[in-house]
Amino acid sequence: MTALAALIRRDIKIALRVGGGALIGVLFFLTVVVLMPFAVGPDLALLTRLGPAILWLGALLASLLTLDRLFMADHEDGSLDLIVMSRTPLELTCAAKALAHWLAAGVPLILATPVLGLLLNLDATATAAVALTLLAGTPALTFTGMIGAALAVTLHRGGLLLAVLVLPLSIPVLIFGVAASQAAISGPLEFGTPFSILCALSLVSLVIGPFAAAASLRHGLD
Amino acid sequence: MRLSGSGVRCVRGGREVFSGLDFAASAGEALAVTGRNGSGKTSLLRLIAGLLTPEGGSIGLEGGEGELTLPEQAHFLGHRDALKPALSVMENLAFWREFLGGEPFDLAECLATVGLDHAASLPAAFLSAGQRRRLSIARLLAARRPIWLLDEPTNALDTSGQAMFATLMGDHLARGGLIIAATHAPLGIAAREFRIGGAA
Repeated sequence: MTALAALIRRDIKIALRVGGGALIGVLFFLTVVVLMPFAVGPDLALLTRLGPAILWLGALLASLLTLDRLFMADHEDGSLDLIVMSRTPLELTCAAKALAHWLAAGVPLILATPVLGLLLNLDATATAAVALTLLAGTPALTFTGMIGAALAVTLHRGGLLLAVLVLPLSIPVLIFGVAASQAAISGPLEFGTPFSILCALSLVSLVIGPFAAAASLRHGLD
Repeated sequence: MRLSGSGVRCVRGGREVFSGLDFAASAGEALAVTGRNGSGKTSLLRLIAGLLTPEGGSIGLEGGEGELTLPEQAHFLGHRDALKPALSVMENLAFWREFLGGEPFDLAECLATVGLDHAASLPAAFLSAGQRRRLSIARLLAARRPIWLLDEPTNALDTSGQAMFATLMGDHLARGGLIIAATHAPLGIAAREFRIGGAA
């Protein structure tokens, strides 16, 4: 357990320091959301209707932005070799790395949501609903994205491949995340229905992600 | 404790690097793997470390610690030094000690041994190549493993660094450790030479 705790602490520390990427994700999220009103035009009603979808898309792209470094950085400096050799099961190590990535890059996105909700003319309930769905849904993005990061680890420019691999897998999360937010804002569906499916997606990826990532890391090392 | 391989065959990128390789080393013994560039020295170390799978033959360890596998009992010191530039020297070392587990050795003492005690709080980004290598060597001291797999360990080390590392390797062998090192330069300890491929 100390090994996993040490790994999580290290990854968070690196993410928060200069060049770490935790802040880059939030800034990118901010930029995407701020650009939307300029593109859509000053139609407040339209912005409110699009708000949850814009926030979800922004969060999805922002989490993808830092995901390619998840294993690549450790691969480049040789840490990954030592991690694979270590006495900690690789599946648990992968889960710990994904958790650290979510804490450092996912949670700041959720915290930034209330501020960005203002820019999209969302009221307090709507913002809270989006933040809640992001809280439930971003772990799924991180843990499925981890599979792509593990597959692309040995490739140069793997980040581009990662986006192509991971974005299709994120479609269900996006659908139910936005559906749950819309349900809370305008109905007619009950909030609980899409939200439960969103939670289920997160739980499934929490189980499958580490095993798939560990398998592709073992296979891909050379 | 005895580490041995028989008939090991290695294929990289569709090309056979070596085949029919037999080797053995026992506790307290150092094996210096030599051979020209591209003969497969690093590949052999990575095979032993479990980072590559042999196409044929087998590598095994007899009389190791309980249920641990061969890679779990080995330290791997490769070309890449597994250091994070954003973390300080001490943080890098502390992480590996905690991650690799084992007895809580005094990290300051490990750093002093490799001559980095004055730089403990310096970010690893500012270390020279030789200092980075010294910090990687400190990792071997911070967590105890009976088998050391070393890939060109003395690269970038100055004369005093090489002497320091020779002493450390001697201590490790005296404790019943086992060293397999791929090298071009003399290690500075009594080592049996194991040559891959023909004469240079």
